[in-house]
Amino acid sequence: MKVLVGVKRVVDANIKVRVKSDGSGVDTANVKMAMNPFCEIAVEQAVRMKEAGTVTEIVAVSVGAAQCQETLRTALAMGADRAILVETDQEVQPLAVAKVIKALCDKEKPGLVIMGKQAIDDDCNQTGQMLAALLGWPQACFVSKIEVNGDTAQITREIDGGLEKLSSKMPLVMTTDLRLNEPRYVTLPNIMKAKKKPLENVKPADLGVDVAPRLATLKVAEPPQRTAGVKVDDVAALVNKLKNEARVI
Amino acid sequence: MSDYAAPLKDMQFVIEELIGLGEISSLPEFAEVTPDLVEQVLDEAGKFAAEVLAPLNRVGDTHPAKLENGVVTTPPGFKEAYRRFVDAGWNGLAGEAEFGGQALPHIVSLAVAEIWNSANMAFCLCPMLTSGVLEALKSKGSAEQRKRFLPKLTSGDWTGTMNLTEPQAGSDLSAVRTRAEPQPDGTYKLFGQKIFITYGEHDFTENIIHLVLARTPDAPEGTRGISLFIVPKFLLDDQGRPAQRNDVRCVSIEHKMGIHASPTCVLAYGDQGGATGYLVGKENEGLRYMFIMMNHARLGVGLEGVAMAERAYQHALWYAKQRVQGRELGAKSGDRVTIIHHPDVRRMLMSMKSQTEAMRALAYTAAGALDLASHHADPEKRGQQQALVDLLTPIVKGWCTEQAVEISSLGVQIHGGMGFIEETGAAQFYRDVRITTIYEGTTGIQAMDLVSRKVAAERGATMRAVLARLAALDGQLEKAAEPDLQAIRVPLTAALKALEESTHWVVATAASAPDWVAASAVPYLKLAGTTLGGALMAQAALIASKRLSAADADVSFYRAKLHTARFYAEHMLTQAPALAQTIMTGAQSSMALEESQF
Repeated sequence: MKVLVGVKRVVDANIKVRVKSDGSGVDTANVKMAMNPFCEIAVEQAVRMKEAGTVTEIVAVSVGAAQCQETLRTALAMGADRAILVETDQEVQPLAVAKVIKALCDKEKPGLVIMGKQAIDDDCNQTGQMLAALLGWPQACFVSKIEVNGDTAQITREIDGGLEKLSSKMPLVMTTDLRLNEPRYVTLPNIMKAKKKPLENVKPADLGVDVAPRLATLKVAEPPQRTAGVKVDDVAALVNKLKNEARVI
Repeated sequence: MSDYAAPLKDMQFVIEELIGLGEISSLPEFAEVTPDLVEQVLDEAGKFAAEVLAPLNRVGDTHPAKLENGVVTTPPGFKEAYRRFVDAGWNGLAGEAEFGGQALPHIVSLAVAEIWNSANMAFCLCPMLTSGVLEALKSKGSAEQRKRFLPKLTSGDWTGTMNLTEPQAGSDLSAVRTRAEPQPDGTYKLFGQKIFITYGEHDFTENIIHLVLARTPDAPEGTRGISLFIVPKFLLDDQGRPAQRNDVRCVSIEHKMGIHASPTCVLAYGDQGGATGYLVGKENEGLRYMFIMMNHARLGVGLEGVAMAERAYQHALWYAKQRVQGRELGAKSGDRVTIIHHPDVRRMLMSMKSQTEAMRALAYTAAGALDLASHHADPEKRGQQQALVDLLTPIVKGWCTEQAVEISSLGVQIHGGMGFIEETGAAQFYRDVRITTIYEGTTGIQAMDLVSRKVAAERGATMRAVLARLAALDGQLEKAAEPDLQAIRVPLTAALKALEESTHWVVATAASAPDWVAASAVPYLKLAGTTLGGALMAQAALIASKRLSAADADVSFYRAKLHTARFYAEHMLTQAPALAQTIMTGAQSSMALEESQF
């Protein structure tokens, strides 16, 4: 079975992000970038499935600027077999990415698509679901365990209040949750090998996809600063405030 | 405790912009070494160091290596971390491809070593010693020895040690007494005691390969009678697997000021009939072989200085940004501020930052020169680069470690009283780095090597050639409009002149008054380091000012580089003329007192 894995290049999780002074977005110029942590889990899952013999080929895909090649190289170093960069300098939104990956699925015919459940920059949590709808495939989101047997998969997903077990037909779109696995450290020999693995560069137009944004960002702002708290005289005052000011009880 | 983050931007700046990777990656051996590869290697090393090695640094300090019944146990977590280090292939970074290594150039392996050392210096002494053994066997081992030992040492499945020191033979190795008796089968039996053997015994791996200096029965006296032997902890069977326990045992480990996690062993050879050893190369050539390896090791120790300075700086910066104390100077009311607002704390942080960057630039320059010296097609170019490496090695070792001691002391100082409290973590860097000015040749030994073997012996030729190249900086700085560059020019020119005059004095005085040159050797080494580091900072500033005009320039980084280079010029380079005066006039008084007058 062939697996297609989506990887997104985002601001490194250890960096404190800054909002641009004009409020148009987050400043990413000269900021350290890295693979979205949920996408790392997706790549790791694909590599483990290949090591277990259920997967024969892993194709890593990224949509975005030329620098996404670095992120794809990391996926290759983790164990992906080849990579496709769909290069565009435009802002890409979940629907556009889903359409691009749909077009690649039509071409590549994978048996499974693995994606992160969300990216740590925009936190959209939409691309996997949209892709499944476009493909007309079943979807399993927030997956913490998966076992594939022939043309069905046994899935455990993390939901509010517990775990949900599902059985699904293949092919399938799945998105990863934190507990699915712990991504490995890239090894030095694999970094060296990754340099020689194929990395294909295509444009959205080559796939017949229009990636123009459908949503306009009005304003991006930092969360308001936390203000100092107040001391209350007694429990009654506390209850009163919780009830009438905070409205939490 | 602060988190360690590899200073990837500055490392890449030094490698790609200041030194330039182009000449190195144009060598056929290193065609694959492109900036994006270097970036990925440093990035992944940084991740591994921050997440696996750095969290164990304090554990290693508070749980020193233990010896019980001849068995050494390393601190909790170290053995597992070593396994992960080896499994991730990092041990083979610089090793030969033939034996499973990745054969990356020194400029990359030194940068990666900086990352390991910043994260956990006591841990990385083990792979560092292994790489020394690899280096020695690579050039001097027989084909059979290389085949038997190099694959496992390259992967890190076995580790290596260097056995030079004995109680009576420290800096003076001519006093080595360990005996090696030839056996009919061509092997030798070794008898004697070695001390200060780093990772001489540990629980990381199934075998340890000791390289041991010893004397054969009719060897000449002194340094010309010393041979080099391979003594494995376990002798290998026919399949090359560790089998029979050899007669070498750890009888004690030292209680040290720092690097507690690293077992510093006393090894006894031959207590039960003789330890089996195999001669490396020819008899009586051992010390020469050891020096091939030692020059690499000296660069490596200089780099430990860079690494520890960086770590101490990051830790002090983290503290200075969160410790609230006092108000802005002159403010009578209003909020209290973090101590980074206070001018003297700023000065200390700038002193740490600017010197660390200058030291990194100098150490990486030596590494780049070593790559060209080893692999360039043109023999003349190889010769020039080797002369440069030879000149820079004692400077990198001596100057970077001495400054690192001062820098980590400033790191303690920035913490105020909390710096004196072990739990804060600043003290450990200060204690750990203290050994670096001592092992692999003390600063005094480095300085003597510099003035006598490197400068006087060739009548200052290489140093003068370096100075001649740097003379062009004055013109470039003069033309620059940037005020920071203008401010660098005067102190730099004065420092270069001071180094030139002092070099002249060393060459002129070496024959007539060698004891004066010896007494001035350390100040000369310090002058050379300060000045060459400052010249590299000036070059960095010139590059930064050019880059600033690009549309997508990293303005924050390049501006900081300009200001930092200026700080270095105004605070460090200004010391150069005073050092020159000390060098040229201060030797006599060093030697003036009779021994009884002390």
